[in-house]
Amino acid sequence: MIEFYLNDQPVRTSEAPASALLDFVRYHEQLKGTKIGCREGDCGACTVLVGELNADGQTVNYQSMTSCLTPLGNAHGKHIVTVEGINAAGSQLTPVQQAIVDEGGSQCGFCTVGFVMSLTGHSLSSAPATEQSTIAAIDGNICRCTGYKSLERAATKLTAELEQRPAENALTWLSEKQFVPSYFANIPAQLAKLRPAAANAVAVPSATTAANTAHSNGSSAVSTSPNGHAQNQNDHGHANAAPFTNALLGGGTDLLVQRLEELREQPGVRLIFDQPGRRGIRHETTGRVVLGAATTASQLLESDLMRSLLPNLPQYLKLVSSTPIRNMGTVAGNFINGSPIGDLTIMFLALGASITLLDAVGTTRELSLPDLYLGYKKLAKAADEQVIEISFPAPLAGDFFHFEKVSKRTHLDIASVNSAAWLQVENGIIQAARVSAGGVGPVPLYLARTSEFLQGRELTAETVSAANEVMQSEISPISDVRGTSDYKRLLLRQLLWAHFLQLAPDLEFVNL
Amino acid sequence: MNHLDPHRHVRGESQYLDDVPVQQGTLYAAVFESPLAHGVLRSLDFGAALAAPGVARVLTAADIPGINQIGGIVADEPLLAEGHVHFRGQPVALVLARTEAQAHAALKLIKVEIDPLPIITDPRVAAAQGEFIVPPRTFKIGDSAAAWAACAHVFEGVAENGGQEHLYIETQGAYAFPTEMGGVRMISSTQGPTAVQRHTAVVLGLGMHQVEVDVTRLGGGFGGKEDQATPWGALAALGAFITKKPVKLVLDRMADMRMTGKRHPYSSDFKIGFDADLKIVAYEVEFYQNAGAAADLSPAVMERTLFHATNAYFVPNVTATAFSCRTNLPPNTAFRGFGGPQGMFVIESALAKAAEELSVPTYELQRRNLLHEGDLFSYRQAAEMCHARQAWDTAVSEFDLAGIRVEVERFNQTNKLKKKGFAVMPICFGISFTKTPMNQTRALVHIYSDGSVGISTGAVEMGQGVNTKIAQVAAHTLGISINRIKIETTNTTRVANTSPSAASATADLNGKATEMACAALRERLLRHAETEYTLNYEGLEIQGEEVLAAGIPTETTWDKLVSSAFWKRVALTENAHYATPDLHFDATVNQGHPFAYHVYGTALTTVTVDCLRGTYTVDALQIAHDFGQSFNEIIDRGQIEGGAVQGIGWMTMEEVAYNDEGRLLSNSLNSYKIPDIYAAPKVLDVHFLDTPGHPKAILRSKAVGEPPLMYGIGTYFALRDAVRAFQGHTSLPFSAPMTPEKVLVSLYPEFVRASENTLLTSG
Repeated sequence: MIEFYLNDQPVRTSEAPASALLDFVRYHEQLKGTKIGCREGDCGACTVLVGELNADGQTVNYQSMTSCLTPLGNAHGKHIVTVEGINAAGSQLTPVQQAIVDEGGSQCGFCTVGFVMSLTGHSLSSAPATEQSTIAAIDGNICRCTGYKSLERAATKLTAELEQRPAENALTWLSEKQFVPSYFANIPAQLAKLRPAAANAVAVPSATTAANTAHSNGSSAVSTSPNGHAQNQNDHGHANAAPFTNALLGGGTDLLVQRLEELREQPGVRLIFDQPGRRGIRHETTGRVVLGAATTASQLLESDLMRSLLPNLPQYLKLVSSTPIRNMGTVAGNFINGSPIGDLTIMFLALGASITLLDAVGTTRELSLPDLYLGYKKLAKAADEQVIEISFPAPLAGDFFHFEKVSKRTHLDIASVNSAAWLQVENGIIQAARVSAGGVGPVPLYLARTSEFLQGRELTAETVSAANEVMQSEISPISDVRGTSDYKRLLLRQLLWAHFLQLAPDLEFVNL
Repeated sequence: MNHLDPHRHVRGESQYLDDVPVQQGTLYAAVFESPLAHGVLRSLDFGAALAAPGVARVLTAADIPGINQIGGIVADEPLLAEGHVHFRGQPVALVLARTEAQAHAALKLIKVEIDPLPIITDPRVAAAQGEFIVPPRTFKIGDSAAAWAACAHVFEGVAENGGQEHLYIETQGAYAFPTEMGGVRMISSTQGPTAVQRHTAVVLGLGMHQVEVDVTRLGGGFGGKEDQATPWGALAALGAFITKKPVKLVLDRMADMRMTGKRHPYSSDFKIGFDADLKIVAYEVEFYQNAGAAADLSPAVMERTLFHATNAYFVPNVTATAFSCRTNLPPNTAFRGFGGPQGMFVIESALAKAAEELSVPTYELQRRNLLHEGDLFSYRQAAEMCHARQAWDTAVSEFDLAGIRVEVERFNQTNKLKKKGFAVMPICFGISFTKTPMNQTRALVHIYSDGSVGISTGAVEMGQGVNTKIAQVAAHTLGISINRIKIETTNTTRVANTSPSAASATADLNGKATEMACAALRERLLRHAETEYTLNYEGLEIQGEEVLAAGIPTETTWDKLVSSAFWKRVALTENAHYATPDLHFDATVNQGHPFAYHVYGTALTTVTVDCLRGTYTVDALQIAHDFGQSFNEIIDRGQIEGGAVQGIGWMTMEEVAYNDEGRLLSNSLNSYKIPDIYAAPKVLDVHFLDTPGHPKAILRSKAVGEPPLMYGIGTYFALRDAVRAFQGHTSLPFSAPMTPEKVLVSLYPEFVRASENTLLTSG
């Protein structure tokens, strides 16, 4: 039984946990304000807010998510808010709604509710509202009519209003200003009541029917990557995946795109998104940073620890998908999805990450991330094994880390080619290097030979050019909808240069 | 004045097709489509599908009681394939089941045998084989062939443009209900309710009066639901007619993208000649339109390409020929601009080519050749009330073209791996359906006895704000508050024989009809006031719901006047018919006066290219636009901004890609990208030109739907300008869209081996 609050109403349902929250909201609860645009998290028309009780038990953290990819089971214990749940009585508009109307930010209206929900979620956020953060809140919402300028004007207006929002008792203020109805004040207490139940109800039989078909990744899949779900489009010899025998479902951002129908009918799908111990980022005394497998891209982006170690990480993560998808997609999901262009995978390959796998009998083992990938969507992982943790050596103060991604559209798109580089340079000599690249082979590539080549060499343009030669021999891009193989080769050369120009802007870029 | 609908939109209360409460007993339809792009249909085995859980019926062409034909201009498109299949995604059968999931599951159980036939995806290949949808058309003025000798400079080249997916966020769909009369009533997400009605009647073998089509609103159309909403309406209706149960058919996104046509890709040859003063003397162009597998609206789109082949320029000698080429792709269709953008892209390419060869700025060639008042277009209509130069001059001064040039120059000198580029894009776009008989519509206005007003027209609201404009026209004409007015759904039983909401003309046509109906009602009410209250009719008017006599309030008000008129048995309903006057066009000689008027404007585009990565941003799009006398600046500005960004999308990231087998590769939102909020220009200025408007425009407010799309073309040329600043010697093909891939490959041409990469054929 899945229990949660839908707007101001408690809901108990025995619908399939792996069905889409969108379908539940629209066709089960007949709340038709939430629209269907693409069912793959790429348009934002179905955006809802998902509120989770904070550890304090007093406040709720609301995040925007695309309900098309939110497994219904992930709503368990939470507050799901659709537009019907924020509408004021009568025909009164909330400040978010009013700003959109006033600025002409809605034309055909089909995407509009998604914008309203994203901006309402932003209003409920505890972070200060800035012009940039307000726009970022709607970076997952696509509008075909307005050209966005009117929505930008609405966002500007809203930002100004939110500047008045107090840090303390923000919800009271938001309720007074009619951003949200007054029932929101009761939600923390209601969710707290659900909490003990929440821990048990979806708690899954721990080591279920272990289908020990071993080493075929298709039979057990962890979902959720904040990007990369399109690798099934890019012709790396994809075939129909094997049927699930032991399905694990995380944030849903890949599996609900690829295999919703199948998952919905599948008994015993295990939900790991809210499984205890699967979140959190810690810096261990060994010098390693350890992440829970269900850590989302948003949690990475917001983590003070990660930001202190990798100051540019937020700007890299802004290139990964969109806000609602980052709120859902998990790091392990991105790894296990095995997309050759998984952005997080590419970053973590250069960070030197390993994963900890847990099997059905409780045995764990470590695997270095490059060793996970055997071939296109083939993983060195048994069917009953799941990722529980990810770790990487914390970069040292002088270390250089950089991520590059080029796609047709800069944001909310899948890379044509992406690449990450970690370098240690002392006195003009590259002491150590790890370079990775996606979109240039059947798997996300750790460029072992390029990395090795760089080690011990001088930081010069000649070194970069020579490294490129090595790199070109290490990749095997194919032509597909994301670009021709020639383009991908050229682009990766450019991105290698981009890493080095970022590190040493004075290097003389050499064209060939 | 705000758009009226958004108040409901922001609350999620606006009802779209899929939001209509489902009637009990409804069957859900799913379309079985051809898996091959061309072949002979040998057999279709749906036995297993029929036996699948929940499946009620599987319908094929054999089940069609009337005629299996939905072609509008040419009768070449069956509703369900029969004998042959002509494109991947062509509807072959319709599964009806108790749930949507069951219907979709059953699709997988259908087996089809097709003997493959050769597949054509390239319009030039089709042309070489004589595969034309309709005979070629040529628009001609002067004698271009004789003019070349007199030219000081002549340039030739090829220009290619890609397709464009409409990507209305609401996918196609219809919901049909059997009626007690043996007909069908349906709700359709269509821009053309009458088209759906007419074709459904043919398919079912019924009179049009037995088919009712109702449209509340669309979640976007952009031309994609002008003709191509028809198959889904007709299929749902077929299901309802045969099963006597309600049938709902909503395409999922990928099915919609696979099965429906898009903006037409063109491949074109141009030749342009100038005199020593750089005035264009002659222009010859051949357009090869990729029409897809059936005519759809392609002949009309092709015609508009010819109308707009010279954009906003005067060219005394023009020979423009267009070929509508049949290929094995889904039939391409209307899309905002309707062939105009393709025509303009080619002449802008010709001007850019000439400018590059002559080493003069392109804008210099553009400026010298802008239309003057009275200049003739190739189709012999004169440019009247021509604001081409006013738009240009205003844009140049308002947005400081000279300053932009200096800044771009300075930036490019100081930056090695980033380059700026800029371009000017003037536009001239003709307003009216070029098929003259389509320029007619009706408005049915009821004044209820309490003074409230209900209005039905042929206009379909799809975000363009036409309902708000019509309500404003009615409020203005009747002298009452807009709050009293309701715009009804668009329904074929209330307003019959309508043209689709298209050609930018919807507000003009339906607004004028509304104005006429309201004016008649106003006159009737004032005549009634004259007798009832013994007032002098001369000088009587209604303003702010008061009845004024020579400007002075009388004892009566709108409420009282209406009530009293009702009790005196005065007709409070009016049905007005409007047909745009003075239009004519002879398609045998391609001459006449097809347009009510033209809309003008000029845009400046500035871009920055990251020459390391091949990525780019549109820094500014600054537009001076001829709105005439806008009476709703919020709506009109929204049309300009939205249209321009859509045009930028077409020219930059939106790449429709099919492979050689006619399979759509850009088949979902993850592989087909439209602009997001970060892709919109950082600056998008819209200057409302001070122009008088046109008497044939509603309240002198000019049509605004399509013209702004073509401002986006400037982005292509600005990107090209920036690329050339990095690598001036590169000879760049004229090929849109300018994706990051094309930019990077243009920046580093030596990297990419000469080998043709044949996997992708860009739409």
